[in-house]
Amino acid sequence: MTSNLKVKVWRGREEGDFATYEVPRLESQTVLDVVTYIQRRVDPSLSYRYACRVGMCGSCAMTVNGVARWTCRTHVSKVAKDGRLEIAPLSNLPVVKDLVTDMSEFFDKWARALGRFKGGTSRKDDFARVKPESLERRAVDAGIECIGCGACYASCDVVSWRPEYLGPAALNRAWTLVNDVRDTQRQERLGAVAGDAGCHACHTLATCTERCPKQLAPTAGIAGLKRLLARTKLEAEA
Amino acid sequence: MRRVNDLRARNHPAWWAFLMHRLSGLVLALFLPLHFWALGQALHGEAALDGFLKFADHSLVKFGEWGLVVLLALHLTGGLRLLLIEFGPWSGLRKNWIAGSVGLAAATGMAFALALIG
Ligand code: SF4
Ligand code: SF4
Ligand code: FES
Repeated sequence: MTSNLKVKVWRGREEGDFATYEVPRLESQTVLDVVTYIQRRVDPSLSYRYACRVGMCGSCAMTVNGVARWTCRTHVSKVAKDGRLEIAPLSNLPVVKDLVTDMSEFFDKWARALGRFKGGTSRKDDFARVKPESLERRAVDAGIECIGCGACYASCDVVSWRPEYLGPAALNRAWTLVNDVRDTQRQERLGAVAGDAGCHACHTLATCTERCPKQLAPTAGIAGLKRLLARTKLEAEA
Repeated sequence: MRRVNDLRARNHPAWWAFLMHRLSGLVLALFLPLHFWALGQALHGEAALDGFLKFADHSLVKFGEWGLVVLLALHLTGGLRLLLIEFGPWSGLRKNWIAGSVGLAAATGMAFALALIG
């Protein structure tokens, strides 16, 4: 493990290009280690984001050899079989500088999908009792571990084609909340995620599900929202 | 500026299944008017239809027909997969259906080719 990695890194803001760096190959090295090496030893002007380094905060996602990944938990051995890496900022988001993207629209869309829990009880009330084996609770479990990394959003073609599309992460969040029996905004939320900017825009390309580092399946939640909306519409008409 | 994805981001079975479904759907949709026109020939009497059917015997047209049958098999099975994903209980991206869909289209293609030769 003494050879060098050839690493191309995106440098610039609106306009930019890839710069090439040589980075020593180390054992158990992650892609984030590689970026950190460049910033600390070669060029301190390189901008990138990370915080937890253990796959919890969701801030370190980048495009690695063309694919959106969480870099802190992506081993070089997995993605750079031939000793080459190409590291770029996430797609589908405005680039601030180098590897840093502006995530505001990503989080604004969570808000637009009513991604915030709103309960109807206070601390004076008793605990809500939700059966772990209930369908709703299991649907919540399947989608709740999202760390907001944006890998799904950056990978989705529909986001590229329709900039107003809420995207897989916001819709996955909405799906966990419509299944939360304590939440009081179910109807409004279903309204917020319907239509051309919402779940009905999804073409089931499933790149989100392929790329989610937490192995969530936003495609499942989006299909669930479509079904639920169809059912509420039918019930309203009946 | 936003970067856009290239094929490296898209290279996975469900994306190729999407592309297959979209392209086969487009070609089939383009073929539909021709199909109705051909049926319409029957309204102009037997001679018109016979004339057309004779034209349809050309090997190039037969090859086109063969392509349509294969596309139809692809589009049909691909569509069933999508319906299962959207309306069935969630059980992954049903990649077995993608393989099945390609396999069935290949089998249909061969059967149709055999019928053409025989
Ligand atoms: S399944 Fe829907 S949300 Fe996910 S990548 Fe495909 S189009 Fe985008
Ligand atoms: S759904 Fe997965 S890929 Fe998308 S933001 Fe959440 S953790 Fe990241
Ligand atoms: S640094 Fe927190 S998820 Fe990678």
